[in-house]
Amino acid sequence: MSPDDRKYSKEHEWVKMEDATQALAGITVYAQDQLGDIVYVDLPKTGATIRFMEKMGEVESVKAVSDLFSPITGEVTEVNERLLDHPELVNEDPLGEGWMMRVTVSDAAELDQLMSAEEYEAFLSGLS
Amino acid sequence: MTTSNLRTPLYSAHVALGARIVPFGGWDMPVQYTGILGEVAAVRTGTGLFDVSHMGRLYISGPRATEFLDWVLTGSVESLRVGRARYCMICNEKGGVIDDTIFYRLAEDRYLLIPNAGNRDTVVAWFQRWLDEKLPTGCEIEDRTEATALLALQGPAAAEAMDRLCSEPPSSMRPFSWQENQFQGTPVLLGRTGYTGEDGFEIVADADQAASLWQTLTEHGATPCGLGARDVLRLEAGLPLHGHEIDENTTPIEAGLERFVRFDKEYVGSDVLRGQHEKGVARKLIGLKMPGRSAPRAEYAILDQGQPVGRVTSGSYSPTLDTSIAMGYVGASRAEAGTMLEVDIRGRTAPVEVTPLPFYTRPRR
Repeated sequence: MSPDDRKYSKEHEWVKMEDATQALAGITVYAQDQLGDIVYVDLPKTGATIRFMEKMGEVESVKAVSDLFSPITGEVTEVNERLLDHPELVNEDPLGEGWMMRVTVSDAAELDQLMSAEEYEAFLSGLS
Repeated sequence: MTTSNLRTPLYSAHVALGARIVPFGGWDMPVQYTGILGEVAAVRTGTGLFDVSHMGRLYISGPRATEFLDWVLTGSVESLRVGRARYCMICNEKGGVIDDTIFYRLAEDRYLLIPNAGNRDTVVAWFQRWLDEKLPTGCEIEDRTEATALLALQGPAAAEAMDRLCSEPPSSMRPFSWQENQFQGTPVLLGRTGYTGEDGFEIVADADQAASLWQTLTEHGATPCGLGARDVLRLEAGLPLHGHEIDENTTPIEAGLERFVRFDKEYVGSDVLRGQHEKGVARKLIGLKMPGRSAPRAEYAILDQGQPVGRVTSGSYSPTLDTSIAMGYVGASRAEAGTMLEVDIRGRTAPVEVTPLPFYTRPRR
């Protein structure tokens, strides 16, 4: 179910390397399903530095607020502006059009601390 | 799961529909099926169907039932005609709200009262205490919660749907009336009542009929709706939820519910409520509006120029109004509509405006 072109965190974020330094990040299918209908996404600004596994923003559904933790250290080069008016994209396509930001990665070795798709699926089955 | 929550007769139907189940008031209840936004929209534009069997069904009967209920309820019981229903509060001696309830006068000496799920045992114990103390004979309480089911069909298309399915057309019923009817041959008690701000019906039937009622109503276009949507709908309609806007330390006067309180009869808490009605109260329930979609949530601090002046009791993004809304308590001097305050949203201070309740009133059709 989770594609193996990216890595996953225990906080249910994903990060996908686009080339040697640029990565896309977002939340997983499981995360958006747990939240329910998402109505608001609060992301860091372009140019901000985010740090591995530190809080970088918030996502609000009708019923709940959840912190977003950065799956990687780096500088935010782009945020998905479409989410301001269409936060439902995170529900509809969390791994694609519901991406949250693009990051210039400072230390790609951090990826080794994240889970592969297979490991993440095993992690999820341990949660239920 | 190590809990032993109760389950309604529709529990397996909810699971089969893929509902997310959560514990609520001692029951395992569906919080959502497909999504809260879609379920709210169904109730505002078509019909939504709720399983609210977790709420109590208490039958109070006997020659002194009216006298008894007039002692424990803030609304007038004696003046309610058979065939009608009324919303009011059950208060303690300090005027605090033990529960809010709708009661139906079924006959001169027989009533159906609907307490909240989590308060059912408390209400029964409270009533029994006063029965023992004041009316040891002439009034009995029968708890038929688990022998019956309670469904709520809500929305502008609810009456039309019920007309197609019932032997007597329920569309002719007045708000806050009830009738006995046949729903495709099944005997039901229908109340033209609800908790969403829309037209609609609450349907009491025997527990073993619940599944077929549910199936028929969904086949006729009703969207299954969970407690998540119900909470948004009642908040938009400015309706209080016990445990949030009202509780044993909050009075109906503070909560802006005077119109459901009689000041011309004696009952538990009446002295305190009359005093507050005459002298005013120190704090009041207010509505708050905040632009955008990030919402004030329950327990967040309400501020005035950075200083804490109250707290939020419920808050959500309102899909119907496309803005964020909340209710909460502040000192009476800050309760005027139009007053600008702030809410502490997890460390960020956001401006909010005091807004008259309800936020949403259904359009006259």
